[in-house]
Amino acid sequence: MTAMTDVAFLLLTFFMLTTKFKPDEPVQVDTPSSISDKLLPETDIIQILVDGDGRVFFGIDGQPTRASMLDKMAKRHNLTFTEQERAKFSLLSTFGVPVSNMKQLLSLSGDERNALKQPGVPIDSLNNELGEWVLYARQSNPKFRIAIKGDRDASFPVVKRVFDILQERQINKFNFITSLEAAPQD
Amino acid sequence: MAEIASDGGGKKGGKSRSKKMSTKIDFTPMVDLGFLLITFFMLTTTLSKPKTMEINMPEKDNITDSTKVKASTALTLILSENDKMYYYFGIGENGQPPEVKTTNFSSKGIRKILLERNEPQIKKINALRAKLNARQITVEEFKKEAGIVKSDKNALMVLIKSDDKAKYKNLIDILDEMQITSVGKYAIVDITPPELEMIASVPL
Repeated sequence: MTAMTDVAFLLLTFFMLTTKFKPDEPVQVDTPSSISDKLLPETDIIQILVDGDGRVFFGIDGQPTRASMLDKMAKRHNLTFTEQERAKFSLLSTFGVPVSNMKQLLSLSGDERNALKQPGVPIDSLNNELGEWVLYARQSNPKFRIAIKGDRDASFPVVKRVFDILQERQINKFNFITSLEAAPQD
Repeated sequence: MAEIASDGGGKKGGKSRSKKMSTKIDFTPMVDLGFLLITFFMLTTTLSKPKTMEINMPEKDNITDSTKVKASTALTLILSENDKMYYYFGIGENGQPPEVKTTNFSSKGIRKILLERNEPQIKKINALRAKLNARQITVEEFKKEAGIVKSDKNALMVLIKSDDKAKYKNLIDILDEMQITSVGKYAIVDITPPELEMIASVPL
């Protein structure tokens, strides 16, 4: 009995220390597989999600960065956010709404937000909010790297548009998040 | 449930002694809790960390002559629907449209073409890898040498284009093929209207 308890608690400790909770993403993204086995850096990552319907989501880590990003975005679009909304936004890891609907999104509770079908961050050239978010995020922390996490079935033009937006901001180096597959033996 | 087993210490009648408690505790609930937590952590943990593929895009507004493609080394791939693609060699100069063919993502499809076309580079890289495995060169040297081989002036240059029907998965797959076949020079480029016309006449 004692031995089993010891083992149980050892395992418990192991899992508690190694575990990292899945970040709550508003969409399920099924990443394509590649033979690349490089690990994604854990910090300073801007994650751009592209789902199968071509919606684009913006995710970023670091709460202070999020708050300062929202301030700049609000200024740009002549919006004002209350202190409460800023606090809520800084806890939001990934979002996919135009900034004009941000207030509405922030007023929802966690469950309501998960149930909501977010329309995606606008990426068209007239209303290029994705580019603005990227710009403001990098202004607050220039070390940010861009990681694109696309769904297998995301259509190519949308992904290409995301590349173009990044390149307009002089970001020529970015990562694709993939799952691992075995390299073919020759 | 978690009562402490006591030995009913002390005899009646005698002087009242302080009750001696047994030190044995029933551990079962604690173990139950332990396993419950293990199960919880095992189920919520993400063991496979996401992998990543890095890409460097050429700068848009800074294209010089040296980045222009030599016609003899160019291979253009145009990704399209249903996991198929068009390809042609050269850049179609002298007003002659190049011959457009189709292929797919299988190992007998595009990989075979790339392996054939990139053979000199692959041979050099394999020779380097053999040296690395024999510990004649270090990993850094290998990377440096492989980089030189891959960026050779006469090495295959792959231009990856896509029409509107391709999926993101196809792009990742083709970038993967570049790694598998040791192609060092490739770029994701916009498709041009003449190319759209060209592929329209070729059945997939």
